[in-house]
Amino acid sequence: MNVLFYLSSAIAIAATIMVITRYKPIHALLYLVVSFMAVAMIFLSLGAPFVAVLEIILYAGAIIVLMIFVVMMLNLGSETAQQEKEWLLPKVWLGPSILSLVLLGEIIYLLLRSGTGNASFIFIDSKKVALSLYGEYIIAVELTGFLLMAGIVGAAHIGKHKKKHLHRFLQEEEVSTKIEVRSTKPEDEKQTKPVAYKP
Amino acid sequence: MTVTQHVLIVVGVLFVMLNIAAGLIWVERRMLALWQDRLGPNRAGPLGIFIVVADTLKLFFKEDWIPPFADKKVFVLAPAIVVGSALLSFVIIPFAPGIVVADLNVGLLFFLAMSSIGVYSIVLGGWASNNKYSLLGALRGASQMIAYEVFMGLSLMGVVMLTGSFKLSDIVAAQQDMWFIIKQPVAAIIFFIAGIAETHRLPFDIPEAESELIAGFHAEYSGMKFGMFFVGEYIGITLISSMMTTMFFGGWLGPAFLPPWAWFFIKTFAFILFFILLRASLPRPRYDQLMETGWKILLPLVLVNLLVTGAVALWTRG
Repeated sequence: MNVLFYLSSAIAIAATIMVITRYKPIHALLYLVVSFMAVAMIFLSLGAPFVAVLEIILYAGAIIVLMIFVVMMLNLGSETAQQEKEWLLPKVWLGPSILSLVLLGEIIYLLLRSGTGNASFIFIDSKKVALSLYGEYIIAVELTGFLLMAGIVGAAHIGKHKKKHLHRFLQEEEVSTKIEVRSTKPEDEKQTKPVAYKP
Repeated sequence: MTVTQHVLIVVGVLFVMLNIAAGLIWVERRMLALWQDRLGPNRAGPLGIFIVVADTLKLFFKEDWIPPFADKKVFVLAPAIVVGSALLSFVIIPFAPGIVVADLNVGLLFFLAMSSIGVYSIVLGGWASNNKYSLLGALRGASQMIAYEVFMGLSLMGVVMLTGSFKLSDIVAAQQDMWFIIKQPVAAIIFFIAGIAETHRLPFDIPEAESELIAGFHAEYSGMKFGMFFVGEYIGITLISSMMTTMFFGGWLGPAFLPPWAWFFIKTFAFILFFILLRASLPRPRYDQLMETGWKILLPLVLVNLLVTGAVALWTRG
């Protein structure tokens, strides 16, 4: 089990480093998928298969796909890759790397001092997860529910727009009535152009 | 189970699945011809069965061309994902008592995870082709498959509630007295609809709608890379059919005059034929119609189904 744990941890770290150093966003996201799978493997090696599979279904299978979806819609060309390249100059790297190295040092120091050694393998099945979610952590679950509901309502509100399916003849009538209303204002002269055709 | 037995099962499952996927080329074309009152392939071999060999040879010898404007690495990766994820899903399917590669205790969730990984093949294939038709196909495919994954997962949860396990062999064993199609008819129908959308088969082949998008997400693919998408689709059909059999139609269970694996394959084959019949008979809905049906009809239905199942399960338990 220990070999699996260290192997998948190494893959997770390597993949995550690849995520932040790629110039093309899609490649970065693909490495992020690999990283999530490695994290799922870590969960599995520590004896939590339910969480491991959920990690793949939710993170690798749904959230990253939606991110890729957005990146595809943004139509990022080679200019973006160029821009990323400029952002990732050694000069920019320096500050964050020093700070992260200090943090890494702290973690290593703490790990060495506490000396818990090997991660223990405790098998946790889906029933145990469900019992603790709906027992001990019920408030967190409810609050997450509220948060998601707010998100859904917000998205539905932003996405809502009036749909009008009018026949093209009816549409023109509507256009002409609008223009009549508008034409009382003198500065709207430009918009009176499309009135030209009437059946 | 000894190691050699295990290896035999793995190799056997792989061999049978790949052969079924290849054989379905012939089955589909013959059956389509039958239902559309034509002859279909009938030249090579008895009843035209060597069309499989001819088609495979043709795919191997076609020029395997990667467009210069494509993102090469992702372009090559995409067709491998579809076949890989579909084949991995067969790991958890119990073909007969004892004949299963790995009877995971999160088996059902593993199937859902693999089908959600399968989305990447369409998305990446369409994006890497760097072609606007492919990109449109990929966008449609991604939103269609993500939406229908939700209903697919939720429709199966009713069965999990009744069984109390994610293990597929437990689910089959729980159908000893009564198949789940009788207890969960709504879930079975929704699962099948979602399964068609997940495998993007006709009538839901909106990501590759030929009449609008040339060939959609795989418009730029040729040779064996296109062949991988092709094989992946057939493996996907077989997978959804065998999941239907396992979840709702009693898996290997059946009267004793045939061995269990024979029952499994007969039931699965019936669903595969139903897939082909759907292709032969139904027109393709519009993209917005597909999404609207999903979110406005299937999602509420599947939630009501879950609610009722939960209530009845609690009530009968006392």
